[in-house]
Amino acid sequence: MRYSAWQVIKQGLNGHSGWQAAFRDPEPKTDYDVIIVGGGGHGLATAWYLASVHGITKTAVLEKGWLGSGNIGRNTTIIRSNYLLPDNEPFYELSLQLWEGLEQDINYNAMVSQRGILNLAHSDAQVDAYARRGNAMHLAGAGGQLLDTAGVRKRVPFLNFDDARFPIKGGLWQERAGTVRHDAVAWGYARAADSRGVDVIQNCEVTGIRREGGRVVGVDTSRGQINAPKIAICVAGNSSRVMSMVDQRLPIESHVLQAFVSEGLKPTIPGVVTYGAGHFYISQSDKGGLVYGGDIDGYNSYAQRGNLPTVEDVAEGGLSLMPMIGRAKMLRSWGGIMDMSMDGSPFIDKTDIPGLYFNGGWCYGGFKATPGSGYCYAHLIATDTPHTVATGYRLNRFRTGHPVDERGAGAQPNLH
Amino acid sequence: MQIPHPLLGLRDASEFVYLGDASLLNRPSVDDPAELGSDATLDAFHEYLHLRHNPAGVHKELWFHEQGDRSWLVVTRDTTTHEILDCALARDVAGASFGAEST
Repeated sequence: MRYSAWQVIKQGLNGHSGWQAAFRDPEPKTDYDVIIVGGGGHGLATAWYLASVHGITKTAVLEKGWLGSGNIGRNTTIIRSNYLLPDNEPFYELSLQLWEGLEQDINYNAMVSQRGILNLAHSDAQVDAYARRGNAMHLAGAGGQLLDTAGVRKRVPFLNFDDARFPIKGGLWQERAGTVRHDAVAWGYARAADSRGVDVIQNCEVTGIRREGGRVVGVDTSRGQINAPKIAICVAGNSSRVMSMVDQRLPIESHVLQAFVSEGLKPTIPGVVTYGAGHFYISQSDKGGLVYGGDIDGYNSYAQRGNLPTVEDVAEGGLSLMPMIGRAKMLRSWGGIMDMSMDGSPFIDKTDIPGLYFNGGWCYGGFKATPGSGYCYAHLIATDTPHTVATGYRLNRFRTGHPVDERGAGAQPNLH
Repeated sequence: MQIPHPLLGLRDASEFVYLGDASLLNRPSVDDPAELGSDATLDAFHEYLHLRHNPAGVHKELWFHEQGDRSWLVVTRDTTTHEILDCALARDVAGASFGAEST
């Protein structure tokens, strides 16, 4: 069923009794062309672009829980393409362009809202760094505008501008950035892929990866053996666990990142604002809740929940930036498991094992990359060559001396 | 999370800085200068610096008591529950493993 205004009217006349499930709940078949392990945003996007761009539809997406139970439903929903390095910026710009056309592409309302992002600068050096970053963005066609203090004050007058230690000196504004309804991204991609014949199989945990003659031939799952000549891992957060099934260690640590939402308030924060002197970012959801987060807790974790010192740290960052939110009640906090890579950048690559592909290491920036990641991963799986904007995301880049270290923090995952 | 420091008792984890997997104590060594740039040496240092087991479950890891006595600790912790199972001074752990190698 194609969603449209006409369909809403038609179904309304029938008392909304004619709506069908958005996607099937199929039994796994025994053979596929491609198995995607992980039914998160990236895995579902990969399935969709494999079908829509490359015509590969005999695909299974295996999800161990229910759709949207992982990081696609646990993030702070921000999309942007304000990176610096040439290995990153064109990739994230492709992703942002795919966001801009996403709803028409998959015929699903994902509430893509380009309300802009403002990265604040608190020193002259930081203003210079943002000027450089803005230039890199323009080189990739991503836009961007450097604002002085007056320009920032005009957009977000409620900030703590004259803080003695961290005064606001300006900011980098990207108009095309914004937020997206994250659950709808999972549902929309699943529905679109399903409409092309892709089997999205929930509650199906992969327990082993089968190899014959060096090649992968299939997976063992909690719902039986499933065969395919190409297996694509896409399980960020649990990458090390899955790759340990083929005895591979990764340049990745799993860490917990917490996020928070306040009680619903009237519209007050236009777009996304990030604090440049600490690690704090905030936006306001369409329901009115302030959605914000900060640093990872900083130790290896698979617990999907964090500890109180980080809650306090994030709240302190928020209050020092915009004291007015001290009056708002924090409603909920939650945690997600991040694949923290050694340089803060992801991997989209073939592995040493023929037929086995790997996508992971998204740190805490995976959501904005969802369409780009799926698009480039599908390209890699279909053609066995990396997409032109994802050539830097090699698994062996640390061995060869080509890290993509956006932050410049070195091989220390909890500093990225 | 509270870490049972062997000398100071229970201390809040926020007093500590986290480094990572305790296998970082076992840095590769190169005795022969001719081997410094060899593939085997580069592979060994690549694995030491960049690759991690990253288990879901029991994990031995290095914590530095920066806001306290500035000792390095090896903490054994379950990464799925954050339960701390054991804690020892890193110098004792390293000394034990180096001692084992020399015998």
